Amino acid sequence: MLKIKNIHAGIEDKDILRGINLEVKAGEVHAIMGPNGSGKSTLSSVIAGNETYEVSEGDIFLDGESILELSPDERAHKGVFMSFQYPVEIPGVSTTNFVKTAINAKRKAHGLEDLPAKDMLKLIREKSELLEMDRKFLSRSLNEGFSGGEKKRNEIFQMAMLEPKLSILDETDSGLDIDALKIVANGVNKLRNKDNAVIVITHYQRLLDYIVPDFVHVLHEGKIVKSGGKELALELEAKGYDWLK
Amino acid sequence: MSKYTEDDLKKELETQEYEYGFYTELDSETFPKGLNEDIVRAISKKKNEPEWMMEWRLDAFRIWEQMEEPEWANVNYKKPDFQDIAYYSAPKKTDPNKTLDDVDSELLAMYKKLGISVDEQKKMNNIAMDIVVDSVSVATTFKETLAEKGILFMPISEAIQEHPELVKKYMGTIVPKTDNFYAALNSAVFTDGSFCYIPKGVKCPMELSTYFRINEGGTGQFERTLVIADENSYVSYLEGCTAPSRDENQLHAAVVELIAMDDAEIKYSTVQNWFPGTKDGKGGVFNFVTKRGMCHTNSKISWTQVETGSAVTWKYPSCVLKGDNSVGEFYSIAVTNNFQQADTGTKMIHLGKNTKSTIISKGISAGKSQNSYRGLVQIGSRAENARNFSQCDSLLMGNKCGAHTFPYIESKNKSAKIEHEATTSKIGEDQLFYCNQRGIDTEKAIALIVNGFSKDVLNKLPMEFAVEAQKLLEISLEGSVG
Repeated sequence: MLKIKNIHAGIEDKDILRGINLEVKAGEVHAIMGPNGSGKSTLSSVIAGNETYEVSEGDIFLDGESILELSPDERAHKGVFMSFQYPVEIPGVSTTNFVKTAINAKRKAHGLEDLPAKDMLKLIREKSELLEMDRKFLSRSLNEGFSGGEKKRNEIFQMAMLEPKLSILDETDSGLDIDALKIVANGVNKLRNKDNAVIVITHYQRLLDYIVPDFVHVLHEGKIVKSGGKELALELEAKGYDWLK
Repeated sequence: MSKYTEDDLKKELETQEYEYGFYTELDSETFPKGLNEDIVRAISKKKNEPEWMMEWRLDAFRIWEQMEEPEWANVNYKKPDFQDIAYYSAPKKTDPNKTLDDVDSELLAMYKKLGISVDEQKKMNNIAMDIVVDSVSVATTFKETLAEKGILFMPISEAIQEHPELVKKYMGTIVPKTDNFYAALNSAVFTDGSFCYIPKGVKCPMELSTYFRINEGGTGQFERTLVIADENSYVSYLEGCTAPSRDENQLHAAVVELIAMDDAEIKYSTVQNWFPGTKDGKGGVFNFVTKRGMCHTNSKISWTQVETGSAVTWKYPSCVLKGDNSVGEFYSIAVTNNFQQADTGTKMIHLGKNTKSTIISKGISAGKSQNSYRGLVQIGSRAENARNFSQCDSLLMGNKCGAHTFPYIESKNKSAKIEHEATTSKIGEDQLFYCNQRGIDTEKAIALIVNGFSKDVLNKLPMEFAVEAQKLLEISLEGSVG
């Protein structure tokens, strides 16, 4: 589904990613771990198409097609979703309105009419029940005054609504207590199926107790220095990152 | 699908022009440029006015001659040359007594372009409309329906003829001729505008609306609106305005006076979309307007404005809360883009006991524009338990624009409670990327963010206007984030 080939990227003159290769197939969960500053968040931004980062070399393919030249919204229309480490607040815009706008933008890109209000409400009801969310908070302004846990749950709710092919969870565990972490992880697990894929970006092993990865990759100084199965995460937990440097 | 680049977007936006910038070739009668007592007399004669009205104008002209153009506003512009403006211009062939069917076909075509279908207006039963082109009112709809309820809704020139007692009694009582430079000028040369009287106990069954259009070049528009809501009556009033795109600056100096008698309520909404000038700051309307309302006991006046147009705006719709328990409200969205400058806000003058005022101002600045909120909350010594709540929020787009807030508070009564909140925020790259990542393109994302920011005020507009206003906000801000 996703194929990253020798990606080099950075900000201005500073190289952050120095030749990343990664292949993610449908139905798989990949974890990307690494110390601070290793390039984890840059990698997710580059896949999502954040123009702050300049790609100097390499290519990214989604279903065999290069997406490097596509804008972030076009990539989203093709099924790329990113759960933000720091979701932004949009005052005065309810979560419902925001998600509705996003879904209809995607439908429009695929030549479809707006989703009728009735179906939209049905979908919202289904997904919020699936994620055991209180629907009251969907009418509040997007992320405004939300707790850390609420923000992350809201990200997963949007993921559920948009039904992406590829979801990137960027440090979804940061700022969450263990209860909130379980709820969020549970949500992600419910959304997993054989046709979609998930990339979990995390600093710590604990999230991977709940979202169990098929593969673990360790990022260091912009390169994947080690790949393995889920047991690699446990090894990292015990030994730290230093032995890989 | 080929990639839609930033350059494509920029190109598209540059060609996005002011939608109402067309000029209609109408057979017009325009006075020679310049201003003196003879011109004032000629305007009065043209309008067939009674002697008292001409004297009133001349008095105003003499006052104006002694006054100086104010300079305290936070705006910079080349002062208009008052001798280089024509003070009267009218599409010929207008006759106040004729029906809509007789209106000049060119005029009708113009309305169509403006999105006002007069025919539709006739059929719709929720809005009665007065249309003012340049100096004269050209069409007023629903007059008869309203007359059945005793409501008077007509061009002010007609009211001077038909209801001189009302005009004489109220005109200039809220905004006196001596009030300020532009009010004095308006008093001398106003050519038309709307007049509205709601009798005691009557709730006006439909929205009343005036549509202003400057069409001729080299002319100024000076309209005067007078709305009187008698005891225990209610009216909701809307005004809209557009002008052709011209390289020169056109002057618009209006006066609006509202009177809410005991227990009456007036809701006054404006969507101001005068030509804002080109993206290089050429041309555009100078919008220098005085709007004020008088609130008697238990009455309420609420001003709602969406200001997207004009090169320079200078406007403070205000309430004098004279009667006990009266309420004044001001809800405003002011958008400036490119080289536009706006200095706008309100004055809430609390004189009576238990008077309440609410101010919600949303300023959105983009391009190289400057957007200022200026507001005065004044509590008089006899205004026991007066309350005010003010909220001024500014939203900045890009880093070449400015937002300024000048709140003045004067309280002479210790029991007063005054609250002021202010915020400044910026549409950030992170917000845009977040929306983009969800599949929402940048244009749409800006519209979404701006609408969210303006929601409190948009909600105060009548339904038909809210949709138009929302669209207008989107158009005004297109191309403001590269």
